Amino acid sequence: MIPSRVFAIVLRQFYLLRGSPVRLLPMIAWVGIDIVLWGFLSRYLTAVAGPRFNFTAALLGAVLLWDFLTRVMQGVTTAFFEDVWSRNFLNLFATPLTVLEYLAGLVTTGVLTSLLGLAAMLILATTVFGLSFFVYGAALAPFVLVLFLSGITLGVLGTAIVLRFGPASEWLIWPIPSVISPFVGVFYPLSTLPGWMQAIGKALPPSYVFQSMRAILAGQPADWGALALAGGLTAIYFVLAFAVFAAVYRFAMRTGLIARYSAETAG
Amino acid sequence: MTAPADPVLTVSGLKKAYDGLIAVDGVSFEVCPGEIVGLVGPNGAGKTTTISMILGVLEPSAGQVRIDGADLSTQRTKALARTNFATAYAPLPGNLTVEQNLRVFGLIYGVKNIKGRIEALLADYDLQQHRRTKCGLLSSGEQTRVTLAKAMLNHPKLLLLDEPTASIDPATARDIRARIVASAKTDGCGVLWTSHNMYEVAEVCHRVMFLARGRILLQGEPEALIRQHGVANLEDLFVSVAHERLGAPAGHAE
Repeated sequence: MIPSRVFAIVLRQFYLLRGSPVRLLPMIAWVGIDIVLWGFLSRYLTAVAGPRFNFTAALLGAVLLWDFLTRVMQGVTTAFFEDVWSRNFLNLFATPLTVLEYLAGLVTTGVLTSLLGLAAMLILATTVFGLSFFVYGAALAPFVLVLFLSGITLGVLGTAIVLRFGPASEWLIWPIPSVISPFVGVFYPLSTLPGWMQAIGKALPPSYVFQSMRAILAGQPADWGALALAGGLTAIYFVLAFAVFAAVYRFAMRTGLIARYSAETAG
Repeated sequence: MTAPADPVLTVSGLKKAYDGLIAVDGVSFEVCPGEIVGLVGPNGAGKTTTISMILGVLEPSAGQVRIDGADLSTQRTKALARTNFATAYAPLPGNLTVEQNLRVFGLIYGVKNIKGRIEALLADYDLQQHRRTKCGLLSSGEQTRVTLAKAMLNHPKLLLLDEPTASIDPATARDIRARIVASAKTDGCGVLWTSHNMYEVAEVCHRVMFLARGRILLQGEPEALIRQHGVANLEDLFVSVAHERLGAPAGHAE
């Protein structure tokens, strides 16, 4: 892997963000709105139920962590969509750039842009609503790692779907986090769900993060076994997502999909 | 007597089939350093499919592509680092400025002294005044010049041009042709040029290949082909090939 080629992909995204600050707005605005909405809801529930349960850490913390995963995923997919929207595939893939270098560039971009959103969320949640991440203790590190890698995995999988099924399938990608969130129990235990939904939830690593988060807030120790399982599942899905993208890329090369994407340029 | 230079492009038995439909059928040819070769043919003849396979964005069903000695299927990065291309149908991202696009692609191609190279190309292609203009705001002619500047970034050994002057007025097209010919001469790169403009092909190409239904029907120097087939010009020859009225002379058909 040649770092300058990875840097080229990141630099392109940096130029886009610098040239059009409107692109920065969604990275901060939507997560900001979420934090404000759930922050006030947490405050209201605390006022109604009293200080017996930490609603701020349970609800606002969950929203923040889930939004973090969503931002990471969308950071990767949006960087890819920029190439879809500008029909840039022929220009990129008819160069010495390798698939791995391209993906590494997208992931690096996703990481950097999601950090912007995370910073905005943290500032709002801690300063305005008094959320403290210290309540999660050392488990916060695996929480963030699992959600971060899951976000990248979903992002790479989303790009593979769009590469395979064309630009119109972009609209299948945006709602993926919303579709997954009921299954992973962001706000409630998996036991609340019917059996078939629980089975799906148990196969999704973020479920173990939110389960552990609630256990800690209930005064129980972190379930390190469950977090280790989440880590293992995340690693498997992470590798699988890259393998799926590589397979779709090979399919696109064999069938001329890359050329078809660029052919739309003439239209 | 000096030995002939090794070809920068060797295409052997190249074939592409989609679900039984053969788009390119066993095409073989070479392009030597400094040589400008025209690849012409009617719509659907297989020109863009051939170019796509040489660019590595379409996997051949059979055959081999070697660029400056590197096998494209096994040494893809090495082969494509020595290649570049320009096509009217794949402009650079319109939301980046001229300078930004050149820097991004310069990094991808591993260009040394990238700043100096960009300055030289901005001067060569008369783009200095547009360096901070987003490419999408440029005229067709200006966008083509930017695409060509990108194509010259890495001093390619092989330059692929797919209808580089399509949709451009005759004066601008002439200017662009002159720049390509000058760059090819300076860098000594081999050029494979597709076009539907036979006057353009006759003007710039040392050799021309006529492709129809995925096969090279004839090839040779433009003037020699015109004489050989008793036609008034290359355009008449093109029409004959397109209608397949031509009996290919021995030694020319593939």
